[in-house]
Amino acid sequence: MRWRLWRRAGASSLPFRLGAALCGGALVLALVGPALLGGDPSAQDLYHVLQPPSWRHPCGTDAFGRDILVRLVYGLRLTLMEIAVSLTVAAGIGVPIGLFAGFAPRWVDGAVMTISDVLFAFPGLVLALLVVSLLGPGLFHALLAIAAFSVPVYIRLGRTLAAGMRHLLWVEALTVLGAGRTRVLLRHVLPNAATPLLVQATLSGGTVVLAAASLSFLGLGAQPPLPEWGTMMSDGRNALGAAFWPCLFPGLSIAVTVIGLNCLGDGLRERFGAPGEDRRAGSGGEV
Amino acid sequence: MMGFLRRAAALPLIMLGVSVAVFVAIHALPGDPARLLAGQQAPEAVVAALRHRLGLDLPLPAQYGRFLLHALHGDFGLSLRNGVPVATLVLGRLPYSLALGGLAYMLALLVGIPGGIVAAARAGSWADHLLTGLTLIGASLAGFWVALLGMEVFAVRLHWLPLMGAGGWRHYVMPACVLALLPAALILRMTRAGLVTVLRQDYIRTARAKGLSPRRVMLRHALPNALAPIIAVSALNIGSLISGAVVTETVFDWPGVARLLVDSVRYRDYPVIQGITLLSVLGVLLATLAADAAIALLDPRQRRMS
Repeated sequence: MRWRLWRRAGASSLPFRLGAALCGGALVLALVGPALLGGDPSAQDLYHVLQPPSWRHPCGTDAFGRDILVRLVYGLRLTLMEIAVSLTVAAGIGVPIGLFAGFAPRWVDGAVMTISDVLFAFPGLVLALLVVSLLGPGLFHALLAIAAFSVPVYIRLGRTLAAGMRHLLWVEALTVLGAGRTRVLLRHVLPNAATPLLVQATLSGGTVVLAAASLSFLGLGAQPPLPEWGTMMSDGRNALGAAFWPCLFPGLSIAVTVIGLNCLGDGLRERFGAPGEDRRAGSGGEV
Repeated sequence: MMGFLRRAAALPLIMLGVSVAVFVAIHALPGDPARLLAGQQAPEAVVAALRHRLGLDLPLPAQYGRFLLHALHGDFGLSLRNGVPVATLVLGRLPYSLALGGLAYMLALLVGIPGGIVAAARAGSWADHLLTGLTLIGASLAGFWVALLGMEVFAVRLHWLPLMGAGGWRHYVMPACVLALLPAALILRMTRAGLVTVLRQDYIRTARAKGLSPRRVMLRHALPNALAPIIAVSALNIGSLISGAVVTETVFDWPGVARLLVDSVRYRDYPVIQGITLLSVLGVLLATLAADAAIALLDPRQRRMS
């Protein structure tokens, strides 16, 4: 990805800039935030439970007297980790399968696409619940579950990209020069797929954050001491009526993060075209 | 029409694939369902008898065949938690889920389609930006967060609505609104995008040039042609509606199927998980098929060509 392309993309629209700013801000905050605030996300202070927002605790304290702002900042790290892990797993499994399916004989391609259709037929969270029920609750298992329902998206993306390039002159020339199928796909087709992959990953990022928080909220993802945003809301739920801030701020963090990712994704899609779609063919507006 | 028929023919195949996948995944687990069902203290002879009765001593393909045969007769086995047939459990919960989901879906259509029309009619105006911005926010909120805030405000503080559970119409208000949020946002965006594309076409300019009112151009000329993608995305929304129901029903303690699924996952009640998973996939596939049929009926081009 060239910097020049980024600059041109940045010039495109307000939502894109907003998204880039929010995502960039989130990255910086996750990196330096914990050092800057200096608190301990699990330090309990039972003399100051459920304190409303104040100068000392800008987001208040939870039922164990833990500072919610500090926990949110550590939770941001967890959230970014969740995106990275589940999308790496999903793309790592889906894209190679899709790429090879795009170059494979028709019947292999058909078989792979049927499997992807089968996975696609599951409502996302239902498949995730099935996987969690098989593996047992826990953050890592929840991330694998989220990856499971994201895989077919990447299979389709990889396949569309490979099938679109299969008959390009330079790809055929490579084959004539004696490059094997694996080499062509991984060394030549995959780098050209970087941009659509990035767009798709940004667009899926929001889904991952929401799904991970949902599973954690249901008690099937991250487990209580962890400052995961969904877990924090699940804890805060018991204090509703007495204190709303343990629920308000984690949900607000999720909303801001997901809005940032969606804006950035929409902006990138506007600039580079929908992933897996040939821009020259002219797409019929956004979906 | 051919495309529709091909998809209709593919549905049982995909459903079969889904059932194999779910069955194999669940049966690949370590542990003995017969032992679970009989209890830890049950004598080995009882467990063996139960294993034989449930067909768990058969090879896996034979077990699958048996499962499929029973499933086609509406028998999805017994819940490991309380020994009640899965079908009975699910059917008891289904009306609650259908009522809530149906209401939420109507709400989403009632907000999404008019909203999309307004946004498309005034594309680029402040109303358009406002609506598009709202859909972006609506699609980015965690449903359970909105639910919790709603409970705090409308139930705990104002006492306008009940906190949770099912009952009179008041019990439907908050869960339906929370569940409708994401589909409404998606339908609005889709309606707007579809209409904007159609409104650029020549025949719309002709319709305007011959002096038709903007309202008539929009409702009689543009909207019918933009309907197909709206219906398509509506059907795809059934999946996200079910996903949303998982969280919404749990937060509001709604006695629906999705709530049963979450509880069953907590107890690892595999027959129930299996039954509900298959049911939800079937729901999604049927909705997609119905959308295909509707599109084929609405769009004359689809009727003739493949």
